[in-house]
Amino acid sequence: MSNEIEYSIEPSGNKVLNWSEIWRFKELFYFFTWRDIKVKYKQTVLGFLWAILQPLLMMAIFTLFFGRTLNVPSQNIPYPLFVYSGLLVWNIFSSGLINASNSMINNASIIKKIYFPRIVIPVSSVFGALFDFLMAFLLFIILMIFYDQPVSWKVLWCWPLSVVIGFMATLGPGSLLAALNVKYRDFRYIVPFLIQALLFLTPVIYPVDMLPHNALKYVIALSPVYAAIELFRMPLTGLFPETTLFFISLASGLVFLVAGLVYFRKTEDFFADLA
Amino acid sequence: MKPILEVKAISKKFRIQHLTGSYLSLRERISQGLTFEKKVTEEFWALDNITFDVNPGESLAIIGRNGAGKSTLLKILSKITPPTQGRIICRGRVASLLEVGTGFHPELTGRENIFFNGSLLGMKRKEIDVKFDEIVEFSGTRKFLDMPLKHYSSGMQLRLAFSVAAFLEPEILIIDEVLAVGDAEFQKKCLGKMEEVSSSGRTILFVSHNLAAVENLCTRAILLDQGKIIASGLVEEVVRKYQSSHALTNATFWERKTKPKESIYFKSVEVKLSSVQPVHILKVVCKLISQAQHKSAFLAFDVSNSMGITIFQAIPEVLPFIEYSPDGKEVISEIQLPPLIPDQYKVSAWIGSHNTETICWDKEIVQFEITNSPTPGRNFPHSHHNGFLVPPSRIVHG
Repeated sequence: MSNEIEYSIEPSGNKVLNWSEIWRFKELFYFFTWRDIKVKYKQTVLGFLWAILQPLLMMAIFTLFFGRTLNVPSQNIPYPLFVYSGLLVWNIFSSGLINASNSMINNASIIKKIYFPRIVIPVSSVFGALFDFLMAFLLFIILMIFYDQPVSWKVLWCWPLSVVIGFMATLGPGSLLAALNVKYRDFRYIVPFLIQALLFLTPVIYPVDMLPHNALKYVIALSPVYAAIELFRMPLTGLFPETTLFFISLASGLVFLVAGLVYFRKTEDFFADLA
Repeated sequence: MKPILEVKAISKKFRIQHLTGSYLSLRERISQGLTFEKKVTEEFWALDNITFDVNPGESLAIIGRNGAGKSTLLKILSKITPPTQGRIICRGRVASLLEVGTGFHPELTGRENIFFNGSLLGMKRKEIDVKFDEIVEFSGTRKFLDMPLKHYSSGMQLRLAFSVAAFLEPEILIIDEVLAVGDAEFQKKCLGKMEEVSSSGRTILFVSHNLAAVENLCTRAILLDQGKIIASGLVEEVVRKYQSSHALTNATFWERKTKPKESIYFKSVEVKLSSVQPVHILKVVCKLISQAQHKSAFLAFDVSNSMGITIFQAIPEVLPFIEYSPDGKEVISEIQLPPLIPDQYKVSAWIGSHNTETICWDKEIVQFEITNSPTPGRNFPHSHHNGFLVPPSRIVHG
């Protein structure tokens, strides 16, 4: 037998994230994400196409009502491209947040029977949303070719960075809601409403400079996805986001991330008793 | 040699909240905060100062009645829930099987489930790749490997689940009652695999109600009662002690205290043992209430021994016969017992309309004791290891 491994089990106290343990369980991130994606598209005829169809249909509806009928400006790029690029990043947040907030409850039977770092579950559920993003992104490339949209070389760092920010911005509230949902099931009803409201409070379907009041801009910048969306559109529109607003959004995302992970860590020991 | 597992003064407290459901809603939380209403919480120690060591290669059984704290102890050892007090030192990788097939998903295929479940149990992807063929072979489900699990029979699901678990290679294996499921053949296969594991020098912690399996598999045991260790030592001694403490609830008469929702049920059951060995007659007197107008049903009685193994089932009348009798009707049955070895036996009473429909089932409600050997003149004791029945036998030649 090996005597190298020695650890102790103690009453839960104030612990920080145990990185070495998370690293040991790294394959579980892959398996949970893989399972979620597999299960999501099992027994569907169109399969992965759904990941593309959803934003495409949304784009069509928004273009019809906001672009054509209401003539919402779109920062020098065709309105369909404007709204699709916004929805791409927005969907990381919205589906990631829904997945994550339900993730602990959906996996309650596993949590009650097997130990592993619980953070694997919400993180993997956000990864699942990234997969949908990649699918929808392929269509975005086609759309850009179709509209003959010029892009700056900045895409090379703007887009990856935007995805990373989008991921972090989702993981923070996601892990917070996942933990809260275990204890207070009210959040199951709050989340869909929250996401609907946030879609209109985030400049997905309209540019932020359309807003009449400056104060309103600051409120909107509190949304952690704001920075990711602006950054994603930058190489297309050539417009730099307002620095203050951009950093407010980044800071908000960071606060949520730390708060989410800390609260999750503090409560995860008791998930098995509560779930 | 250092113990592989040191459990030091472990306690676990649960709070039972009256008036509130299984989870709190935010409104409840807030309204309680506003009204200063004193919550009725009751503290309950599921485990109280548990201390023991396990040496490498040892197999330890944890026995006790339902609610004694066995499962809580296993959950703490598997890190699923933290202890309230105390400390455990582990010197090895732990894999716990609190359930077979955890994380099995009905939409995934057998192959996909092997990978996901194996990974959950702590196997590396490469490890699963290497063992994949063996796992499939052991489970005997190769033909169905690429079919969604939801189309498997429950027996097949179980075999697949156990096969994944059987190929774990931890230093400490924690097993909870997984043998309680599956048919006899499958249970035997599982036990065989577990004996193999324990003889290969790995440490096993085993919780089961099947005392025969416990004695077979383990060398040492601890007995839990109301969260405390009340006995520990060699497995035979502890099992004996458990059986004798179990026998204290010696009742030949049982009466239902609450009104059930079933339409037909037992109001009371009484057993009387008459005559002498080798032919014992067990008289079962039960009062039946039947509120169903047209329901036809019949009775069955299961007799199990002190190890929890059902020895036989007696069906006094195979035709449905229970009539409408809302005020109760006395039914007296006589069972001619097979030549049972001396032991305490428990009787379960069952009502159903045919083989698969159970209307009412009261488990192990009354008991009787056989004190003499079925073999006249035998004065050396009987043991479960040599079976539960002693049929009459004689030498006819020689």
